[in-house]
Amino acid sequence: MKKNLVGYAFISPWLIGFCLFTAFPFLASIYFSFTRYNVVSPPVWVGTANYQVLLTSDPLFWKSLKVTLYYAALAIPLGVVAGVSLALLLNLEVKGMSVFRTIFFLPSIVPSVASSVVFMWILNPQMGLINGLLRRFGILGPAWLQDTDWALRSIVFMSLWGVGGSMVIYLAGLKEIPAHLYEAAMIDGATTFHRMRHITLPMLTPVIFFNLVMGIIGTFQVFTEAYIMTQGGPEDSTLFYALYLFQRAWRYLDMGYASAMAWILFIVIMTVTGIVYRSQKRWVHYGE
Amino acid sequence: MRSSVVFRLSIPQKILAYSALVFLSIPALLPLLWMVSTSLKNDAQLFVQGDASAQPLTLGRLIPHPFVWQNYPTALNMVPFFTYLQNTLLLCAVTVIGACLSSAVVAYGFARIPFKGSKLLFMVMISTMALPSQVTMIPIFALFRWLGWYGTYLPLTVPTYFGVPFYIFLLTQFYKSLPNELSEAARVDGASEWTIFARVIMPLSKSALVTCALFQFLGTWNDFFGPLLYINDPSRYTLAYGLQQFLGAHGGEWAQLMAASTLFTAPIILLFFFAQRIFIQGIATTGGKN
Repeated sequence: MKKNLVGYAFISPWLIGFCLFTAFPFLASIYFSFTRYNVVSPPVWVGTANYQVLLTSDPLFWKSLKVTLYYAALAIPLGVVAGVSLALLLNLEVKGMSVFRTIFFLPSIVPSVASSVVFMWILNPQMGLINGLLRRFGILGPAWLQDTDWALRSIVFMSLWGVGGSMVIYLAGLKEIPAHLYEAAMIDGATTFHRMRHITLPMLTPVIFFNLVMGIIGTFQVFTEAYIMTQGGPEDSTLFYALYLFQRAWRYLDMGYASAMAWILFIVIMTVTGIVYRSQKRWVHYGE
Repeated sequence: MRSSVVFRLSIPQKILAYSALVFLSIPALLPLLWMVSTSLKNDAQLFVQGDASAQPLTLGRLIPHPFVWQNYPTALNMVPFFTYLQNTLLLCAVTVIGACLSSAVVAYGFARIPFKGSKLLFMVMISTMALPSQVTMIPIFALFRWLGWYGTYLPLTVPTYFGVPFYIFLLTQFYKSLPNELSEAARVDGASEWTIFARVIMPLSKSALVTCALFQFLGTWNDFFGPLLYINDPSRYTLAYGLQQFLGAHGGEWAQLMAASTLFTAPIILLFFFAQRIFIQGIATTGGKN
């Protein structure tokens, strides 16, 4: 009995914080999503009006959902492929590997405000580094962040630049694959391709699964890059869901509407993660 | 258990591996090098880059010619950089202390006191990490506004004093790995759980606490969204927010902007070089938790 009390006393900071900053806001935002609310005056109950407007007569809502899904469909798989490939490369037994690990990891710790400003400069249509280099090969580069076709792709490129964080997680996963599996395969005369196909990748699937889930949760919340570099433009081509939600809430003080958006976001994330979660039986390999 | 010892690469394979590594290092480093390089150029050097008829851009342009140091003092005069730095460091210090202490206390409860419902609550805590912040941010904003905290640092600091799930998770793993005999010996001597935590366990967990401190420092230093929501008085801006404001006010002055970006990024990169192992281990642990 006393043990229980002492235990709860120790976790009480988190428990109180959880109630104040997670549980209560979580429930309150359900309520807000059924109201008209501008923070200054008390919320007014409007029933399902916010959801109705969102789903039937707000083209920007659908646009932002489309932008975010398109980004997720590009950035998540590319991130997994790039992260795994770099980790495999770094797992080779050659000298000086720690230097390369540092180099590849470095971009992921650069503050996103700084990387956004730097990418705006690099992708500048006239004076930017990328178009300057392209010009050298006789290619007239696009206007990148100012081009409706290229702006979103530019942000995908930028996300790949920061792939070092997940690369480190893959690398740790590779280091944990027991050597005896490979030794057995060598005795059986397995080729490099076979080792990769039947040992390395299957053993890495739990880590890929983890990064996939985190990637889904993260990409649906992309905000800073878009807020700083494009403000959603040109022509709403980078109007990420989280950015539109922010604009609704803080630019137009449509907090009830934004709460409804937050709940739709939550349901979309839960659904997509749920599908990935259900799929893990088919491809994620646990244990040896 | 290292798997990689199995493979010996032949010389051509090694050459291939090195070429791939060097080739891929270019895009990884170039944006940062270009940032520093631009910060040391004058406008004439920048305009040549945009002139299609002039000499094509080569990587030799990475080295400014001549070196122009003036962008740094100019940038520092354009915004109250040192005020922003002071604000940022203050916030970093307050949040690092709060996050580390509160998370350590909570983690001790989860890791070393078997109480009813501890497993379930731990699961709840882990799952809150996956909760999109959008779902809770509007009511939290309303709460802080109602408390009269809008415009102050309280919304940015106070929540860290209630434990941060990621650090609680890291510290719980660490405390579980410490032998039980440590606490038993103290318990026989009649020490309370609090004494055991403060006198026995805390002193042993320096390395784990340093990891948490580092992540929190980085998080506060980089935080853009918090100041964007809660800070309206320019004298209270942080560096991250100040840099974005700088961009808004002087968007075309790239050399000064890159000087400001360099000043903002350099401390993080320096910190990274000193504490690289802690960084990488901390991140790698997150993946192994399934």
